[in-house]
Amino acid sequence: MNPIRVVEGRAIPFGLKNVDTDVIIPAQYLKTITRKGLGKGAFETIRAEPGNIFDDPAYAGANILIAGDNFGCGSSREHAAWALLDMGIKAIIAPSFSDIFSGNAFKNGILTVVLPQEVVDRLLEVAKTDPITIDLENQTVTTPFQDRFTFEIDPFRKHCLLNGLDEVGMTLAQDAEIAAFEAIMAADRPWL
Amino acid sequence: MTSKPRTLYEKIWDAHVVDRREDGTCLIYIDRHLIHEVTSAQAFEALRLAGRKLRRPDLMLAVPDHNLPTTARVDADGSRIPIADAQSATQLAALETNAPAFGVRYIDAVAPEQGIVHVVGPEQGFSLPGATIVCGDSHTSAHGGLGALAFGIGTSEVEHVMATQTLLLTPSKTMEVRVDGVLGQGVTPKDVILHIIGVIGAAGGTGHVIEYTGNVFREMSIEGRLTVANMSIEAGARAGLVAPDEKTYAYLQGRPMAPKGDKWAKALAWWKTLPTDAGANYDKVVVIDAAAIAPSLTWGTSPEDVVPITGVVPDPASFADPSKQAAAQKSLDYMGLTPGTRMEDIAVENIFIGSCTNSRIEDLRAAAAVVKGRKVADNVSQALIVPGSGLVKRQAEQEGLDRIFIDAGFEWREPGCSMCLAMNPDKVPPGERCASTSNRNFVGRQGPGSRTHLVSPAMAAAAAVTGHLADVRKLEPVGADA
Ligand code: SF4
Repeated sequence: MNPIRVVEGRAIPFGLKNVDTDVIIPAQYLKTITRKGLGKGAFETIRAEPGNIFDDPAYAGANILIAGDNFGCGSSREHAAWALLDMGIKAIIAPSFSDIFSGNAFKNGILTVVLPQEVVDRLLEVAKTDPITIDLENQTVTTPFQDRFTFEIDPFRKHCLLNGLDEVGMTLAQDAEIAAFEAIMAADRPWL
Repeated sequence: MTSKPRTLYEKIWDAHVVDRREDGTCLIYIDRHLIHEVTSAQAFEALRLAGRKLRRPDLMLAVPDHNLPTTARVDADGSRIPIADAQSATQLAALETNAPAFGVRYIDAVAPEQGIVHVVGPEQGFSLPGATIVCGDSHTSAHGGLGALAFGIGTSEVEHVMATQTLLLTPSKTMEVRVDGVLGQGVTPKDVILHIIGVIGAAGGTGHVIEYTGNVFREMSIEGRLTVANMSIEAGARAGLVAPDEKTYAYLQGRPMAPKGDKWAKALAWWKTLPTDAGANYDKVVVIDAAAIAPSLTWGTSPEDVVPITGVVPDPASFADPSKQAAAQKSLDYMGLTPGTRMEDIAVENIFIGSCTNSRIEDLRAAAAVVKGRKVADNVSQALIVPGSGLVKRQAEQEGLDRIFIDAGFEWREPGCSMCLAMNPDKVPPGERCASTSNRNFVGRQGPGSRTHLVSPAMAAAAAVTGHLADVRKLEPVGADA
């Protein structure tokens, strides 16, 4: 996973509340054999509407999504995080996230930033015309207009994201212990 | 060294702890990793994207099973027949590319050893007592019949095992299910496990690993133990175990991937230390009298909806729990059944003998013994025999079982998961009923609108030849001078 320090760029001012995982990625995309390419199915029902925000050229290449309350509720499908990642999203700002979704997002190296509704409203406004900067190290979100908001994040998650460590990466850091165990096994239980 | 008496589960767990954390979670070493085409592709992809390697490809075995059609796989000139369904073909192709690319042993779709992953593992001697075994598939619990700690995992965990050969786990509670006594005539391992699930419920084993103890399991064949352990997951348990014994060793010795020579001797010595110590404690104990178990089957859409074949469809009002009453009513509506109907009066149009629960040689023998000299009833439109592996199929053919089935009007198919979950073309048509030897009777499991009754192979055979759910004990062997 790539380490995240600062995410800056245009943000999609989406803002809708209670967006469930079916909206993020419809069930028909679950039979795929790959986690890449799911971006084309992301927000499919919304994208079917003319003039929708996701196909607005103003936000092409945006790497931040600003969402509403309870983003990512519904099923536990990891495909929702895979789809957002495939769209190029590196961070999501919302007043709240579903637990499972934020866990899945974290596992896939997406930063979820929780900020109060009024702050999110301000960011939705700014995002229409200007870029936004998220500084994970200092836990701040800033705009070109001197806005500066701080956010809370679990220290363990922050550490993992800053260093690009996923769960597999964390265990791989215990390589010496695993190797030592394997050496004992090779002697004691050589048939395995 | 600990002197505290330990259970089989605790011994296997302790032998695999790489690291123990303060909160009790442990990094557990995984000895064997089975993969099939449905749950592995995205894990391989994640490794590829992260530039990671498999830590121990030598501890993995790949075999396709879920998507394969059970009709002929090669044509008259010996060329492979492509899979018609595009999604199935894609999943198969992904496994076929990934396995060699990552150096994983691969049994391909037309190999004589191909079969359902949970049949192939024990059959090849890949699954061993005391080993930790995982697969991205819930019925991995089957391998516990050999005394292995075996359980299903999700795609992220598959990736974790691939990269690190470990999993971060919290210990489960232990549950002893003891069945002592003498099993009645016509009562098979499938009836035993259905009865157990009926008693403890579909959530009865939640958070636990079950160990099956008592003389019934000691006397049971390895095939039977695999059937029982396989359905531990239907009782909500993480895994199910039967302690290894002389039968286990005799079953494994000489199998292609089983240890040989010195390694065999060393393995055997260790395996013999595994059974639960006298005085060890289980968190929960359930005792069942073998004599109380009848040939059993399900009436509803949960595996806990079990009745003896002599029973009737229950009245939802007869359940004490109001939520169970509502669930039972929903089940009956879906199943198209009326309370009070004798189970034996329920007609079936489909018969499925197969799945990782009941597709081994012993299962086919039991079914053939009932079918011999009889014909599939006229109202049965589809009767499939799907052996669990190519080796089971060949063995059955050597014993002439295929002739018995074909002469009676069954279809003799190629190995795979087939109508167990209908991911391939084998499906129960909507609204039709199936006597099935598989493990799940969920809504739509055998195809949209399918109605499943879980039964033993002998009972499926009895249903096939009578055209309705039937008590196998009433069918005298044809031509036997009893
Ligand atoms: S036979 Fe059925 S239960 Fe067994 S692995 Fe295949 S689909 Fe799963």
